[in-house]
Amino acid sequence: MDFLTLLQVLDTSVRLATPLLLACLAGLYSERSGVVDIGLEGKMLAAAFFSAAVAFYSGNAWVGLLAGVGASVALAVIHGLASVTFRGNQLISGVAINFLAAGMTVLVAQSWFRQGGRTPPLEGDARFNPIELPFAIGPTDAAAADRPLSQLIAEAGPLQQFYSELISGHSSLVYLALLTVPFTWWLLFRTRFGLRLRAVGENPAAVDTAGVSVVWLRYAAVLICGVLCGVAGAYLSSALQAGFVKDMTAGRGFIALAALIFAKWRPVYALWACLLFGLFQALELRPDIIENVSGLKVQVQLLGALPYILTVVILAGFVGKAIPPKASAEPYIKER
Amino acid sequence: MDKMPKWADIVLIPLISLLLAAFFSALVILAIGENPIAALKLMVDGALMRSAGWGYTLYYATNFIFTGLAVSVAFHARLFNIGGEGQAMLGGLGVALCCLYVPWPHWSLAILGASVGAALFGALWALIPAYLQAKRGSHIVITTIMFNFIAAAILNYVLVELLRPVGAMDPASAKFPEAVHLPTFQDMFSTEGSKLFRGAPANVTFFLALLACVFVWLLMWRTKLGYQIRAFGHSESGALYAGISPVRITVIAMLISGALAGMMSVNTTMGESERLILNSTEGAGFIGIAVALMGRNHPFGVLLAAILFGFLYQGGAELALWTSIPRELIVVIQALVILFTGALDNMVREPLEKLFIAMRRRNA
Repeated sequence: MDFLTLLQVLDTSVRLATPLLLACLAGLYSERSGVVDIGLEGKMLAAAFFSAAVAFYSGNAWVGLLAGVGASVALAVIHGLASVTFRGNQLISGVAINFLAAGMTVLVAQSWFRQGGRTPPLEGDARFNPIELPFAIGPTDAAAADRPLSQLIAEAGPLQQFYSELISGHSSLVYLALLTVPFTWWLLFRTRFGLRLRAVGENPAAVDTAGVSVVWLRYAAVLICGVLCGVAGAYLSSALQAGFVKDMTAGRGFIALAALIFAKWRPVYALWACLLFGLFQALELRPDIIENVSGLKVQVQLLGALPYILTVVILAGFVGKAIPPKASAEPYIKER
Repeated sequence: MDKMPKWADIVLIPLISLLLAAFFSALVILAIGENPIAALKLMVDGALMRSAGWGYTLYYATNFIFTGLAVSVAFHARLFNIGGEGQAMLGGLGVALCCLYVPWPHWSLAILGASVGAALFGALWALIPAYLQAKRGSHIVITTIMFNFIAAAILNYVLVELLRPVGAMDPASAKFPEAVHLPTFQDMFSTEGSKLFRGAPANVTFFLALLACVFVWLLMWRTKLGYQIRAFGHSESGALYAGISPVRITVIAMLISGALAGMMSVNTTMGESERLILNSTEGAGFIGIAVALMGRNHPFGVLLAAILFGFLYQGGAELALWTSIPRELIVVIQALVILFTGALDNMVREPLEKLFIAMRRRNA
C-alpha cells in the first residue's frame, strides 16, 4: 500500500469518526454527571432529520444545524424529566427515546416530503461544504490548473499530500468536533463547573450537602449532551451525506457509547477510541486494502462487529478495567 | 401499609399510562394531517373484525409473548435484558440448523426439536453477558446491546457465507423440508364450508407461547427457584443473607430469559418464512420491553399486552396499506408506551399515591 492510499483511508476515518466523537463526548457529559444515556442514537437521528429538513427549506446548513440541535435538545429534556425529575429508569428512558426518534423521523419525513421517509438531496449552501485550508491543494487549484484534483495531489510532495489530503478539505464541523475535545477536557478538569459535574456523578449526596443543586447540574449535563448529539446528527445528514435517509445513524450512537466505555469516560482517550472505530468503519468500506496489506481475507462483518467485541472485552476487564462513574444510573433521592 | 390498593397498582396505573400514550399518539396522527378516529377504526377493522386479521394479530402476539416473557423473567431478577433481539436472531439460527440438518418424520417432533434448538442458542447468547455481569461486574445492559450487534454480524456472515444455497442471491438459507411445515390456523380451524384465517401466518406456535406463559407463572410463583429469583430482584443483600447465590441467580435468570427470546424464532422462522432470513426478528426483541412493562412482568399481563401490540402491528400494517400513515407509527406508539409505563412511571404514580392517601385520611 502506498502512502497516498494510507492517507485516503485515514481521511475517510476522520470523516467517519467525527459523528462518533461528537456523540461520544455528548455521552461523556451525561454519564459523568451520573445520567446514563443509551439514547444517543435517537437524539442523533432526530437531529439528522430535522437539520436536513430545515436546511432543505432554508437553503442554509447552519439554520438546519440549529433545528437539529433543537430537536435533539427536546429529546434530552424528555430524558432529563424521566431520569432527574421523576427519578425513573434511565435505561428504559433511553430505549424509549431511540424508538421515538426512529418512528417520528420517518413519520414526519413522509408527511413533509412524501419520499418514503427521506428528505430531498441537499445542494450548495444547504450542506456543510469542505473547507480548503491555506496552502493546501484543493478544488480551486484543480479548477485553475484545469486538471483533476487527485492528479495534482499525487504529484505533490509527501508533506503537502499529508496536509492537503488529511488535514485540509473537511467540513467546519470536523474541526469543531476536534476542538471540542480539548475544550471538554478543560471544562471538566479545570473549572469549578467541571469539578461539580464529575462530583455529582460520583457522590451526589456530597454535592447536595455542599449546597449545590444536583438537579440543576444533571440537567445542565443532559442539555449539553443534547446539543452535542444535535451537532453529530446535523453532520451526518448535511456534511457526511447530502440528506436524511431512514435510520441513517445505523448504530453509530451505540458505537459512540462503546467508544465512551473504551475511553473510560475520558475526553482525550475518547478521541483516540473514536478515531480507531472510525478506522474500522473506513476499512469496512475498503476490505481490499486489508487483503492487499496482510494477504488475509478479512470478513467485513467482523470489522463491523469489532467495536462491539472490543467493548465487551474492555467491560469484562480482561484488558484494563473500565469503571463507570459511581452514581451512574442511580436517581438521586433527597432526604432519605 | 401500602400507599395505595393493589388494584390501583396493577390496573389503574397501566391504564392511565396507556391512555397517555394513546393521547399523544392521537396528537401525532393529527399533526401529520390525518384523522385519529378514522385511523383507529381502520386498525380495528383490519386487525379484529376479520378472522384473517386475527390471524395476523395473533401471529405477532406470539412473538411478543415470547420476548415479553423473556424481558419480564430478567426484570424479576432486576436485570434489564435488552438483548432479546440478538438472542432471538441466534434462536433463529438454532431453528434453521434443526430444521435443515435433522430429518424429522413429523412436524410435532420437529417443533419440539426446533424449540430446544432455539432455546439453546438463545440461552447461550444470553449466557456470556450473564456471566460477565455476575463475575466481572460489566453492566448487562451495555453487554446485551453490544451482543445484539454482534449477533447481527454473525447471522449476516452465516447466511451470506455458509447457509446460502449455491447460486442464490438473497442472504437466506434454503427452504425447510415439507415435513417441518407447521399447521397454520387456516389448516387447523377451516372447515369445508368456511375458510377461516385465510392466508394468515398464525400457527400452532401460538399455543406453545400460551404454554410458555403458564410455565413462567409456575416457575416464578410456585417454585423455589422462582422465589429465589424474585427475592434476588427485591434485595440483593437480603438474598445473599438468605443463602441465595447472586452468580447462580443472575446466570439462571438470564438463561431462561435468553431461551424464551430465542423461542420466538420458532414462530417466525419455522412457522412463517420456513427458511432463515436476515431480518426475521423485525424488532420484536425490543417490543418485548414495552410488553413486559405494560404487563407488569406477570405472564397474564404479558399475554394481554402482547395481544394489544399484535393488534397495533397488524392495524399499523393496514394503515400503511390504506392511508399515507407509514408503519413507523407503531414504533412511535411503542416508544410512548415504554416512556409512560417505564421511564415516567413516577409521573403517574406519585400524584395517584397522594390522592389515595388523602382519600384514606378523609375516610378515617
